[in-house]
Amino acid sequence: MFKLSPECDAFIKKESTRYETVHSAIIPALFRVQQELGWVPPEAVSHISGLLKVPDSHVNEVLYFYTMFNKEPVGKLHVQVCTNVSCAMNGARELHESLCKHFNVENGQISKDGKVTVSKVECLGSCGTAPMMQVNDNYYENLTTESAIRKLKELGA
Amino acid sequence: MQTKLLSEHYDKPEFQKIDGYKKHGGYVVLAKALKMDPKAIIEEVKASGLRGRGGAGFPTGTKWSFLPANGEPRYLLCNADEGEPGTFKDRLMMERAPHQLIEGMIISAFAVGSKKSYIYLRGEYDESRRVIEGALKEAYAAGLLGKNILGSGFDHDMDLYMGAGAYICGEETGMISSLEGLKGQPKLKPPFPAVQGYLRKPTIVNNVETLAAVKYIIRDGAAAYRKYGTEKSPGTKLFSVSGNVMKPGNYEVPLGITLKDLIFNVCGGLKPGRKLKAVIPGGSSAPVLNADESMRATMDYEGLAQLGSMLGSGAVIVIDDSNSMVDLLDVIMHFYHHESCGQCTPCREGTGWLSKIVHDIRHGKADVRDIDLVKKVSEQMMGKTICALSDAAAMPAISFVTKFRDEFEQHLKNHAGSRESGETLHA
Repeated sequence: MFKLSPECDAFIKKESTRYETVHSAIIPALFRVQQELGWVPPEAVSHISGLLKVPDSHVNEVLYFYTMFNKEPVGKLHVQVCTNVSCAMNGARELHESLCKHFNVENGQISKDGKVTVSKVECLGSCGTAPMMQVNDNYYENLTTESAIRKLKELGA
Repeated sequence: MQTKLLSEHYDKPEFQKIDGYKKHGGYVVLAKALKMDPKAIIEEVKASGLRGRGGAGFPTGTKWSFLPANGEPRYLLCNADEGEPGTFKDRLMMERAPHQLIEGMIISAFAVGSKKSYIYLRGEYDESRRVIEGALKEAYAAGLLGKNILGSGFDHDMDLYMGAGAYICGEETGMISSLEGLKGQPKLKPPFPAVQGYLRKPTIVNNVETLAAVKYIIRDGAAAYRKYGTEKSPGTKLFSVSGNVMKPGNYEVPLGITLKDLIFNVCGGLKPGRKLKAVIPGGSSAPVLNADESMRATMDYEGLAQLGSMLGSGAVIVIDDSNSMVDLLDVIMHFYHHESCGQCTPCREGTGWLSKIVHDIRHGKADVRDIDLVKKVSEQMMGKTICALSDAAAMPAISFVTKFRDEFEQHLKNHAGSRESGETLHA
């Protein structure tokens, strides 16, 4: 049976009364699950809806609307390279391609050792320090391919 | 050239914490405001001519005065869902001066009679989240939030809510849907949020920079604020400059500065040997300016409107002659297709078609009639949807293919029947 840590369940229950409406707790609940598991497996949906006492469909519509929720597993390091306009002008697409090549993955794929997923994403609000990547929760800016790979190695890639 | 009002203390790490903030006059303006008549604060903001700094440029005081007069519960929402490509000014403010935003918000909440506010922060801004969460704790501990703030009898609670990656949630009614725990789909207006917003209660949604500016308007008075900027676009503005300039970054300057000054003096100009080709003056939805227009543009609401573009969020993307306009439009159209919420047919279908057609043009799999088709599709997307995302996609498309028509035609000639080597870069 699908289970989350007691802390995770407690967090979701607490969020359910934090806002004016219980539905507002869905996004925080999904984030918390993702923090624990690295992604949001389908079984988590009915688990959350059970805790919040909302229909599964409400949790699903939120899960599938927002891009930050991983609907499939990702590597330990989720490397997101912004390739929107200012970054594209400063070599972000080439950076993304180099990282894919270096870790021998396609866009969005997990490396064989499970350590890295490289994804192309839209604007992350770091346009003056392009190109950049977000690795899990943190931004790394003004990158070159070399400095990006060096940083990822430091982070355990 | 730079006029630092909001960004004056950005370079001081201590400004992030409440003690450091107080050392530089923090929360003094709040104490002053709480002794004022809330109506007088609204009048002062009206008199200042402050216009929304998130993109639409709507007069802030006027927006506030749309609230119903009776004592119904009402909400204040801070739009910190900074997502317009090219924009990174709110992130810096939240990381460097979180209390400045909080103080501006409490003053604004007092003015509009709101007991509860939310900062709706884009999900990716984790560093901003950490800083704001810390600052909110400090503000509560110091009695600046909660019950009976500074002995004034005014109660106000403030909370932080994280978005989860959707550009559309920067649209105020999309943000409200998201905060309500739904898909972030915009709602038809009217009713405007000031009448029926969050949970159908009267709601004011203002951008981070707008709310921070309120503090300085109350500190110095509307007349002093009006010393900066122009008659119709008063005040200072934070511009996020990116692309091909020597010194990209956030710069606070008076509205009305020429774009030429901003690029060549404030931002150190272009890279050696490069020529200016185009500028997107207000985030990726703003119609692009060619080099000639850029050299004539003044950075205020009217000046850019005169050139058929807009100030938007103040995101200036500088494009030199090393870029292909076809390539950049492809990147921009891909973005809007990705971000359409799917609610309105002209937007859902139109952004998809625009992205496909421009992508095909880029890869030489189109002919010259497809350039006209981009324009035709775009024109059918304007003004036909619940929110402005459809227009936001159509405006750059029309301006790119109109102003750089020759380049689009030349590109098709050069790539006729071919598949460009760069194709795999942007699948």
